[in-house]
This record gives sequence, C-alpha cells and structure tokens, in this order.
Amino acid sequence: MITVLRFLWLIPLAPFAGAAIAGFSGRWIGRRGVGIIACGSVALSFVLSVVGVAALSGDLASLDALPGLAINLEARRVTLEVAEWISVGGPDGLVVSWSLMLDPLSAVLILVITGVGFLIHLYSVGYMAEEDRGYARYFAFLNLFTGMMLLLVLGASLPVLFVGWEGVGLCSYLLIGFYYTETWCADAGRKAFIVNRIGDAGFLLGALTLWLASGSLDLEPILDGVAASGPLREVALAGSLLLFTGAVGKSAQIPLSVWLPDAMAGPTPVSALIHAATMVTAGVYLVVRMGAVFVAAPLALAVVAGIGAATALYAATIACAQTDIKKVLAYSTISQLGYMFLGVGVGAFAAAIFHLITHAFFKAVLFLGAGSVIHALHGEQDMGRMGGLRDRMLITWVCMLAGGLALAGIVPFAGFWSKDAILWGALSGGHTFLWILGLAGAGLTAFYVFRLLFMIFHGKPRDEDLVRNAHESPYIMSGPLLVLGVLSLIGGIVGLPAIIYGGDWLGRWLDPVLAHAPAAAHEGVHSAGAEIGAMVLSLVIAGAGFMVALMAYVLRHVWAERLPRKLEPLSGWARAKYYVDEFYQRAILGPYLQLCHIFRQFDERAVDGLVNAVWRTADGVGHFARYLQTGFVRNYALFLLIGAALILYLVLP
Amino acid sequence: MSLVWMLTLSTALFTVGVLGVLLRRNAIVILMAVEIMLNAANLALIAFSRHLGSADGQILAFFVMTVAAAEAAVGLAIVLAIFRLRKSVNVDSLNRMKW
Amino acid sequence: METLVGIVAAATALIGAIAAVTHRNAVVGVLFLVLNLVSLAVFYVLLSAPFIAALQVILYAGAIMVLFLFIIMLLDLRREEERESGLLQKVLSVIGGGVFFLLLWGAATGGAAPAAAELPEHFGSVESIAVALFTTYLIPFETISVLLLVAMVGAVLLTRKGGR
Repeated sequence: MITVLRFLWLIPLAPFAGAAIAGFSGRWIGRRGVGIIACGSVALSFVLSVVGVAALSGDLASLDALPGLAINLEARRVTLEVAEWISVGGPDGLVVSWSLMLDPLSAVLILVITGVGFLIHLYSVGYMAEEDRGYARYFAFLNLFTGMMLLLVLGASLPVLFVGWEGVGLCSYLLIGFYYTETWCADAGRKAFIVNRIGDAGFLLGALTLWLASGSLDLEPILDGVAASGPLREVALAGSLLLFTGAVGKSAQIPLSVWLPDAMAGPTPVSALIHAATMVTAGVYLVVRMGAVFVAAPLALAVVAGIGAATALYAATIACAQTDIKKVLAYSTISQLGYMFLGVGVGAFAAAIFHLITHAFFKAVLFLGAGSVIHALHGEQDMGRMGGLRDRMLITWVCMLAGGLALAGIVPFAGFWSKDAILWGALSGGHTFLWILGLAGAGLTAFYVFRLLFMIFHGKPRDEDLVRNAHESPYIMSGPLLVLGVLSLIGGIVGLPAIIYGGDWLGRWLDPVLAHAPAAAHEGVHSAGAEIGAMVLSLVIAGAGFMVALMAYVLRHVWAERLPRKLEPLSGWARAKYYVDEFYQRAILGPYLQLCHIFRQFDERAVDGLVNAVWRTADGVGHFARYLQTGFVRNYALFLLIGAALILYLVLP
Repeated sequence: MSLVWMLTLSTALFTVGVLGVLLRRNAIVILMAVEIMLNAANLALIAFSRHLGSADGQILAFFVMTVAAAEAAVGLAIVLAIFRLRKSVNVDSLNRMKW
Repeated sequence: METLVGIVAAATALIGAIAAVTHRNAVVGVLFLVLNLVSLAVFYVLLSAPFIAALQVILYAGAIMVLFLFIIMLLDLRREEERESGLLQKVLSVIGGGVFFLLLWGAATGGAAPAAAELPEHFGSVESIAVALFTTYLIPFETISVLLLVAMVGAVLLTRKGGR
C-alpha cells in the first residue's frame, strides 16, 4: 500500500498521456475514443490520487526503506525525485530535479482537481457533442490542463511548480481562445495570457529572490529555513510580495482581475474547470504553500488580506449589475477568490483551503448548470431574455439551487461553513474592518446569486420564442451536475467547526503543513458565543440579500424595482465594471502605445534611415560610375592603357 | 647594335600597336595591332636573351608565338561570328553591354 | 655591315607596323604587317636566334598572316567605311600612347644594364632550343599544346553555322 507513493508520477502522467493520445491521434480513434481516453485518464488519475492519499494517511514510518523517497514525518511530507532536470555549477551549484511532493495540502488539492476535473470531463462529452472540428483538440487541451494543474500542486520545487503554473496558463489561453475564428475570443485569450504574464514575472522574481537567499529552489529548505532567522527571513517580505504578485495575476485579484470576465469566451465547462474550480485557485494554493514565508513577513499577510477583502467586495458589487449569466459567475469567482485571500491573509490557512474546496464544488455546479442552460437555449447567455425555465429544466434548477445556496452561505450548505470559517478567522484575528467588508460582500453575494437564479428559472419567460424549445440536458451532463450539487450540499462536512460538534477534519488533516500558521485568536474576540453570534449574523445578512432579490425579481416590489435608480451613480458604475478596462486602456495602454509609436518612429527614421543612407550612397555613386561603362571596347582599352601607365609610373624608380 | 636600341625599337613598335588598338574600329586591324604588340615583346625577349647569353628568352618567344597563333585563330573566329550577326566588323557597333 | 642591315631592318619594321595599322585597306595592311614580321626575323638572325627567325617567317608571316588574309577576303571588307574615332578618344589615346611610350622607354633604357655575357657554343641552334624545350620546359610545352587544341576546338565551335 505504502509503496504506491513511488508511483506518484503516474498521477500527472495519466492526463498528459491522455492529452497526447487525444491530441495526436484524435482523428483516428474517433469521437467516442477521444471521450473515453480523456475521461478515462482523469479517472485513472483520480483513483491513483485516492490511493496515494490513503497511503499518505497511513503509517509513513515504514517508508524510510524505499529509495528515491524522502519523508518528513513531522510535516507528513513525501518527496519523490523522478529525474534530474538542471544541474549546473558542480556539487555546490544549482540542482533542480523533477521532484514531486505529496503532503496533506497537495493531497487535498489533487483530490479536488481530479475529482471535479473528472466530472467536468464527463459533462464536456455531452456539452461538446455538437462541436465537430475541435472535439479532439478540446479534450487534448483539457487533459493537458489537468496534468499541468497536478504538476503545479505536486511540484516539490519552485521551477517544477512554475512549469505547472505556466502550463495551466497556456491551457487557459488555448481554451479561452478555443473558438479562435471569433476575433473577440482570440482577443480574450491573449488578454488573459498577457495579464497573467505580469503576475508571472512577479512569481519568477520572487522565486529568484528566495533562491538568492536560501541557495535552493526546492520548497522544503525554503519553508524550513525561513522559520529561523537568517538571510531568508530578511528577504521574506520582498519574496512573499513578489510571489503574491503572481498569485494576484493567476487568481484575478485587484488590480489584475480584468482578464477573468473576458475569459468567459471559452466553452462553459472550461470556465467551470479552469476559471472557477482549479486554475484560478492556484494563487491561493501558492500563498498557502509558501505560507511560512508570508508568516515571516506580517506586512505581506496584511497586504494579502487587504487585497482579498477589497476584491471580494468590489467584484461582488459588479456581479450584482451584470446580465450575462457567465459574467455574473465570473465576478462571483473573483469575489470568492478574494474571500480565500482574506482567509489566508488573516492567518486562517485551513479556512482558505476549506473554502477553495467547497468553492470548487458549488462554483463548478453553477457554471455547469449555466452551461446546461446555455446549451438548452442554443448559446443565449443574456439573463434578460430568460425566465421560467424551472419546469423545463428541473434537474438543472435543483442543482443550481444547491450551488446557489452554498454560494450565498445558507446553512447547512457547504459554502456557509467555509465562508464562515474565513469570516470567523478575520474576526477572531482582530481584523474587524476586514470582517465587516466580508460581511457586506456576503450580503451582496446572496443578492446576486438569487438574482441569477430568479432571472433564469422563475417568473415568466421574457423571450417566449427562446425558452419554448428548451429542454433538460442529457444524462451525461445532468449526472455530473447532480453529483456536484450533492457535494455542494454536504461538502461542508469535511470542515465542520468544533463549536457545533463537528470534527474539523480538514483543519486537523492540514495541521502538519500549517504548523507555522499564526496561532488563531491571539487577540480580538474568541468565545463560543461570539462564534455562534457571528454565524447567525452572516446568516441574517445573507437572508437580507435573498429578500432584496426576492422582492426585486419575483415579487416585483415597487421599492426594489426603484433600487438601482436610487443607488445611482453606484449602480451605473457597477454595470460598467467601474471602468477598470477603460482606465487601463487610457492610463497604461495609451501611454504604452504612444511609447511604441515613438520607438517605431525612431526605428523608421533613424535606424532605417541609416540603412537607407548606405544604399542611397552606393546607388548614387553607381549612378555616376555607370557612365564609365560605355560599351565601347576601345574606351576600355584606353582605361587599361591609362592604368598601365599609372602603374608603370608608380612602380618604376 | 646595343641592347638600348633594340629596346627602343621594341617600345616604339609596342606603342604603334597600342595606338592601333585605340584608334581603329576595324576588328581585324585591331587584331593585327595586337600581333604587332606581341612581336614587340618578342623582340625584347630575344634581345635580352642575346644580351644575357641565356636561351630562356628564345623559348619564351617561342611560347608567345604559339599563344599568338591560338589568339589569332580564336579572335578571327569571333570576328567571323560577329560578322555573321552584324554584317560588320566595326567594334563600335558592339556596344550593347553597358549601364 | 651588321649595323647597316640592322638600321634598314629597324626602319622597315617601323614603317611596316605604322602602315599596317593606318592603311584603310586591310589587305594592304596585312601585307605591311608581313613586311614588319620579316624585318623582325632579320633582327632575330642578327641576335643569334636563327630558329626563332625561321619560325617567325614560316609560322607568323606564313600561316597566321594567311589566316588574316583569308578572313579578310572571306568577309570582303575592302569597302568597309571607317568612320573617324571620337575626338576625346583620339586625343587621349595619342597622349596616353605618348606618355606610355616615354615611360616604357625610360624604364627599358634608364637602368644600368648588366654587361653583355659571352655566348655559349651553339647558342640559339635548333638543337639547344629543342633540348631546353623537351627537358626544362617540358610541362609548359605540353600545356601550350593543350592550349592550341582548345583554341582549335573553340574556333571550330565559334564559326559553326547555325545551331548552338
């Protein structure tokens, strides 16, 4: 059983192999073959992950005898060196190997990635059924993405992690621009890639900073070394902030959040897998993984918390005003990622990971449900034309309701427990202001999620022609929906807080990894009564959000109908996404293009001018010199004579 | 009959050949002028050979005559070909190869 | 006696050369050139090169000049109108030719010539030339035969009628 850990590399390899098969021989194995290979490889990876995690939870002491495996019993960390990658500068130089690391944190992540990933692969088989040209390409990219994501969370050194980091970015780009014949889809892909690049530069610089201080790119020495005072501790602030830049880009936080809404140009299952459940949470994973470095620099943690809380509220307000079903969910994702960063920033690492897991469940079900709706309506994404779909799409409605309740934070759905754990972390850590921001965001969250559900499923259809022919999706799509819906309901079990007699299994499971986390509740309020009270308060606020949505979109209360106008200009700004894109266009892109223009002028005038001057000179000289070429042979003979005379004159004494 | 006089005659003959090439348009006359120049060189070679008591100059003159024969054969063949093409042996009519 | 013969030969050589390049009738020009060549042959005899002199008469004056005549007759060039050269070409040619002559003459006569050497026995005889040709100069000799062959092939190719 334990020896299975030696085959850790099979977990990312299976999707890679699937991608290679689907990508290179999709033409010959057919659509059915591609579907089986793609889903099968992820399923295999999932099974291996389950076995691996089971082995990790077993008795690790007996592993010491196995070659190639390094065990850290205290941190429950198993490191497997698969192959050497970079070795320069002799024995004291830089050595980087392809090594994978399984510890409680990555164990949780691989289960989520392969589990949710498998369900989304399955769903995609139904969703993409009408796609004829890109079918194999789609599944190849999706498999490649899964493999890269697994490499990211399993990587035992910053370079390996970075390969996965860039790999998922690449797959994200490829899948956002999946319908590349549409210009705006290709543009969205490029935007995502370029914005991510800004963050990735930060990641690289951060990794190099840590390397300069510690002399190693492996995670283990960095995480262990930063606890003690030394050069590593001195660069902790710079290193952690630079790494956080990468996380900001990947997880679409302020100020690099602009790419995620545009990323909705990709197929909806892609949005569910990459832009909700897994890739965008890689930033959270990175910060939690490098938690020790962040803890060593309290200012960095404060920045993380501040940006997280600000993003959570900012994105929630925008989500309230959007009418595109996927845009709402995209801003919701940004907002929820903000919550995760808030959790990390206040030191509640376990809560952040808890929210990451539940979010993967309920946001996946929301996206897949949205995909189901879009599928039924033949590509229509405008909520303003929907309505009354409940009876026609019962399963989708039930599942999305479960996901929505979880997102809104209604007890006992999964999202309630995880969001509350984060908010309690903020309150008990003494960050009262951030806690209030989080609460406000929670109210807005409840409002926009019910607004979404009401606009799609309730009331009368606003566009009869569109809705008339809508029908439930096939089982291959509704099946994964049901599974994820159930998970949204019961997923909170893994982290039920002790206060309501839950086991807090997740927290205890993660304990070995998060030993460095600051002791919870060292200041501020921390009593059982306060915790229960905070829970009730957040429930009340979520309920308020629900009530407003109910009044505005179901009961059509006059007061609620007028609400947007009363909130001008705030509501207008939210509808226009606070003009962030326009601001970037003017403040950054405009001057940048001006600079490009200047350099272009320089290139065209000065550089090209110099080159042109050379040929013009040669041309001019040749223009006159060509008249020497008279075509009369006797002229040439005369020149020859003159030349000979000159030589005689010069050579003879 | 000193070497100096021989060389003076040789130089004079050579210059006559040069002027013939430069001033005449008839391709055949130009070839004849070239022959005069070759002979001027031969004269110098043989004069030196006599003066230095070495037979090498004579051998060289022999080679020059052979080359002159080859040159005359090919040159006249070219003149013949040109005449067929242009109905003329005026070298100034062959001025296509210019700028 | 020798000096007299030399002066006469020099005079006829010069006259022959000048007349050869200036006469408007190419046939007459060729005949003057023969005169020039024969005069030079006289010089060769005077300069102890009887074999070269014989070759000069037989090969040059005989074969090559006949070739010239043959071509001239073939092309019927007697009526060819000879237009004047361009003035600039003419002036520059004369000046260039004059300067060239002076330079060459100065070079040929300016330096101190080494003293005349004693002539070895049989100098310039057929035998001594032949020995030198087939020993010291064997490779150039064979090479020059290849040159003649190539010239012959080239001449045949160039004058072939029609086709390429």
